[in-house]
Amino acid sequence: MKFLRDALDSVKPHFEKGGKWEKFYYIYEAHDTLLFAPKETTKATGVQIRDAIDMKRLMMTVIISLIPCLLFAIYNTGLQHYWAIGQPDAGVMDIILVGLIQVIPIVAVSYISGLTVEFIFATIRKHEVNEGFLVSGMLVPLVMPPDIPLWQVALATVFAVIIAKEAFGGTGMNILNVALTARAFLYFAYPGDISGDVWSYIGSGNQAVAGFTGATPLSIGAEAITNGENVVASLNAYGAGWADGIFSFSNLFMGFYPGSIGATSVLMCLIGAAILIATGAGNWKIILSVFLGAWGMGLVFNAIGANAFMELPAHYHLVIGGMAFGAIYMATDPVSASQTETGKWIYGILIGVLTVLIRVFNPAYPEGIMLAILFMNVFAPLIDYYVVNANKKWRLQRATV
Amino acid sequence: MSKSIRLKKGFDISIAGKANSTVVEADQPETFAIKPTNFHGILRPKLTVAVGDNVKAGTPILFDKKNERVKHVAPVSGEIVDIKRGEKRKLLEVVILADKQIEYEKFKSHSVSELASLSKEQVIEQMLEGGVWPHLIQRPYGIIAEADASPKAIFISAFDSHPLAPDYNLLYKGQDQYFQAGLDVLKKLTPGTLHLNVNAKSEVAPIFEHAKNVQINKFSGPHPAGNVGIQIHHLDPINKGELVWTIQPQGVIQIGKLFLEGKHDASKTIALTGSEVKTPQYYKTYTGASIKKFVANNLNSDHVRFITGNVLTGEKIDADGHIGFFDNQVTVIPEGDYYELFGWIKPTTDKISFQRAFGLLSFLNPNKEFVADTNNRGQERAFVQTGVFEQVLPMDVLPTHLIKSILAQDFDEMEALGIYEVVEEDLALCEFVDVSKHDIQDIIREGLDLMQYS
Repeated sequence: MKFLRDALDSVKPHFEKGGKWEKFYYIYEAHDTLLFAPKETTKATGVQIRDAIDMKRLMMTVIISLIPCLLFAIYNTGLQHYWAIGQPDAGVMDIILVGLIQVIPIVAVSYISGLTVEFIFATIRKHEVNEGFLVSGMLVPLVMPPDIPLWQVALATVFAVIIAKEAFGGTGMNILNVALTARAFLYFAYPGDISGDVWSYIGSGNQAVAGFTGATPLSIGAEAITNGENVVASLNAYGAGWADGIFSFSNLFMGFYPGSIGATSVLMCLIGAAILIATGAGNWKIILSVFLGAWGMGLVFNAIGANAFMELPAHYHLVIGGMAFGAIYMATDPVSASQTETGKWIYGILIGVLTVLIRVFNPAYPEGIMLAILFMNVFAPLIDYYVVNANKKWRLQRATV
Repeated sequence: MSKSIRLKKGFDISIAGKANSTVVEADQPETFAIKPTNFHGILRPKLTVAVGDNVKAGTPILFDKKNERVKHVAPVSGEIVDIKRGEKRKLLEVVILADKQIEYEKFKSHSVSELASLSKEQVIEQMLEGGVWPHLIQRPYGIIAEADASPKAIFISAFDSHPLAPDYNLLYKGQDQYFQAGLDVLKKLTPGTLHLNVNAKSEVAPIFEHAKNVQINKFSGPHPAGNVGIQIHHLDPINKGELVWTIQPQGVIQIGKLFLEGKHDASKTIALTGSEVKTPQYYKTYTGASIKKFVANNLNSDHVRFITGNVLTGEKIDADGHIGFFDNQVTVIPEGDYYELFGWIKPTTDKISFQRAFGLLSFLNPNKEFVADTNNRGQERAFVQTGVFEQVLPMDVLPTHLIKSILAQDFDEMEALGIYEVVEEDLALCEFVDVSKHDIQDIIREGLDLMQYS
């Protein structure tokens, strides 16, 4: 690989101070360090050796944990397409092909638009290109509907990177989760393209099969508040004739149903969670506490039982919508989450509680987890403030004893 | 009332090059040096010697204008051959070309029974004159103790848990009577307790086991269990307005020798360690020794870094550099200034890591002795990861928030979050594990300087 290093070394002077492309040094630098781990050494004082981890590897670990969801997303997008148009016998290759055609452009647009913004900001601000977007760029497509217009993906990504991240100073300084900001932006700016009957890709020229209503488990739950039907019964009845048992509990867990591209499968999310926890890239306290909070709130609602949605068994809340995906990949974003260990429990539990609260009480926004996480992102510093204060108080009390 | 404390948090960095337990008395190095930079809080060092002067072991070399009573003395006799200065004429090193036979300045000597009758003032006076006072370090701030102060307790850590740390049993063998005399002297300096903290997990050397007049506490756990700051936190934490002193066993022994024999005897044993040393072993020498003779013809490779101290808290020195005042270890590891294709993602079992992110497999083999080089393993970034510093700091201190309060220069916050309880070495492991590659030890010192001087 010496020729590669030589090639980089030969163009490097053009980017360094005094070179003709001096302005673009950090763009060059980002590519150089992507190919070769830099040769910087530790300083004369301080630690003389460093842990082998760096930000690139940490972020890459999160992306690796997203691979199960991405692969499942491609398959499921194709599968839902063929189910919705009444061709459940379509071959696996056809399914994957449709999935690839729908999903890959969204991923590509997300990365291209987001990285362009990152490179521009790195050049203007004269700092290294941060690795944070590598994860956001994968999370954004996975929480989009499969048939989202690509220009909206680009717009939402650019908006989120600039407003939610760069405006605060870049990766590590942001208050809100970048990927969820992108989704929330679309949700409020273009509600027609990200709510209602958008969760299965039908495609032009195709007719939806009889009985296909575009419903999701959450919309069935929201409707139950007004029509009073038993939610579990409605879920089990849906899909009869063209996709039997599509909303059964076991299938909701497996994830073969319409929804955000990569967020439907609890199983895949749990595989991702196992990777995150084993590698230390995601915090198990947050993941567990989100699930506990949602389950606990579900139980409380079961006990109250004021309407049909409240009576939905609590464990259903854990498998419908983006609950698992949000808990595992979004809530654990270390920058926007609570940073103290005690705070992480409080933060996670409140996300879970709020998610179910929003689902049940605010049917205008059937997916609660997005807003719950964004809301708790804003509150995380407050939680930390009280946890840190407890530490300070403990220290003061110790002094007087 | 002795205490037994088990620590769980921390990390033992297992690297190659542990010194084997032979102690050699080789040719003594030609030069020795006093480095004011080894001490924090020497603001205006004033030299009392010039190049060409002859000094004896114990002759004052310099003092701090802010603290004139504390004398820094020559460790050996000989001729001052060089006074090295850095930027803005900052004094870096006073180099002494040693005599073949060391001559000592004469101080008062006492028998063991006479020691008991000495008053606190007499003891302090002799320690200041005899040049052993700089061994006493005050917390907060980690600076040389003030002679007039009265610390609430004095702490001695009787083991070192740093990577490749020397075995204190070998370092201090046969110094029992001096150690005990030193303890007796120190006991006069504090109205409180003298704590001697030993390692619960290994055999305690007789020199510590039989020590009297002290409270012996047992500590167990991974590094930084041997750091005196961690021990203080669990025994008798430092609150606002309180002072404690710390001292290494080497200092206690030198105090003992000064009182029993009436001379400034700076002899010490050091361990030459690290993967690039051919025969890592112990050497008998004196404080401030040049490493030139120890490392000559004793290296496995050319492109190496010489470190006085250990790989976490040490300092890079030249091949003819001098060992720091408080160090009893020299580490030689490979320099890491190389590019590595896809080094940031390649799975590896050869690089040591506390973390387990993708491809970092060192956790599978915790007893392997890794060859660690000085590569920075990435570039500095903003804080992203949370919760990892907490896993390597066995203290009730919130490291991330403390570091951020220092960066924000928020004095109230620093104080409330416990800056008085830490010095750089306590957070050295945080710096090692930091994915964002911050210079955490420098930041802690910056915070301590802010609290102290502004």
